[in-house]
Amino acid sequence: MAKEVILLDFWPSMYGMRTRIALREKGVDFEYRDENLREKSPLLLQMNPVHKKIPVLIHNGKPVCESAIQVQYIDEVWPHKNPILPSDPYQRAQARFWVDFIDKKLCLGDQMYEAQRKVYATKGEEQETGKKEFIEILKTLESELGDKPYFGGDDFGYVDIGLIGFYTWFPGYEKFGNFSIEAECPKLIAWAKRCMQRESVAKSLPDPEKVVEFMAMLRKKFGVE
Amino acid sequence: MVTGDVKLIGSWASVFVMRARIALNLKSISYEFLQETYGTKSELLLKSNPVHKKIPVLIHDDKPVCESNIIVQYIDEAWSSYGLSILPSQPYDRAIARFWAAYVDDKWFIALRSILTARGEEEKKAAIAEVEERTDHLEKAFIECSNGKPFFNGDHIGYLDIALGSFLGWWKVVELDANHILLDETKTPSLFQWAERFCNDPDVKPLMPETTKLAEFARKLFPKPQA
Repeated sequence: MAKEVILLDFWPSMYGMRTRIALREKGVDFEYRDENLREKSPLLLQMNPVHKKIPVLIHNGKPVCESAIQVQYIDEVWPHKNPILPSDPYQRAQARFWVDFIDKKLCLGDQMYEAQRKVYATKGEEQETGKKEFIEILKTLESELGDKPYFGGDDFGYVDIGLIGFYTWFPGYEKFGNFSIEAECPKLIAWAKRCMQRESVAKSLPDPEKVVEFMAMLRKKFGVE
Repeated sequence: MVTGDVKLIGSWASVFVMRARIALNLKSISYEFLQETYGTKSELLLKSNPVHKKIPVLIHDDKPVCESNIIVQYIDEAWSSYGLSILPSQPYDRAIARFWAAYVDDKWFIALRSILTARGEEEKKAAIAEVEERTDHLEKAFIECSNGKPFFNGDHIGYLDIALGSFLGWWKVVELDANHILLDETKTPSLFQWAERFCNDPDVKPLMPETTKLAEFARKLFPKPQA
């Protein structure tokens, strides 16, 4: 019997992680399917014909694409448990702004994971520039976090979900970029560790060791290794 | 009904600013329009949007909201009891509207813009082909979303109508610049007719910039390289 909710995903995707976390926050039972991106399934191509990308959330046979849109959808369909977006319109606008910032700055344009890609998959001057840009972006986010436990204040929410997936890529950035993110952004690391205490997050994020291996493979593919 | 103090920092030529203004019109919200001068950024703009330093910025009771699609959603939520809903009522329809609005910005607009920045005939032809392909997607999206009604949002203009429709002034300017029809009555008939309806909507009409004026501005923004 097919489950009501299916998630087409790819295990290291920080975008897929958002949707996994949101579903678990709401206690929604779902079927997780890992895609082989070199050989996309007919279901993926059928459900996301425009972008042919993961994650794709399929609810009662109907697809929802784009992770930020999926998280909002999940929040609206299952509103009662663990609200993800704040109820106040101004706070909601702020939350949307920061997830949009993450998407524009860390992963802009058509190129796969652009800004953060420079950190681990380039060398020399391009990598140094990439590192500078990347740290600046993280510092902006850290400044927005301030002394709050979570981006939205006391409660775990939309922006936390939007950013936390990148944390599993941090060890890889540090290894291949040869720098310490904790040294640059200690409050952000403290925030990340706090988020990892949450069951929905711990269950949804892959082992960072495996992500490092994956990034090493990508480096070979990009011709950097 | 007390709407509070509402200001909008923007420019007459900006697609993104127009989105916010249409939304404010739909809700009948009076606001002070603070026109930025092209080439400079006011102190208020830099203070209100320190991250991106871009227009539009909505300032509601001294609190800034940035990013046009986020502003439109904010307007819909902050003044939910005013006028008609801008976002669809069902979560699934909202997800679809948001998906296509993101597509307009991330894929379609980028292609349209690349016609203006294309260097040489080859690049221009490629850009035009891309716009045509993506406009075709939007035609299908319209048929799917409108469900036989006049607008993406149904009987009245809404989020996705605003997201795409605000481009119509520039759409025309790029057509003229490229000397190539980009909104074709025979290729994308539903969109073509929707465009006319959208432009004639009373909340849109006074905001749509005049083509010659916009074309002149476009020449300033996208100067042609010297031969």
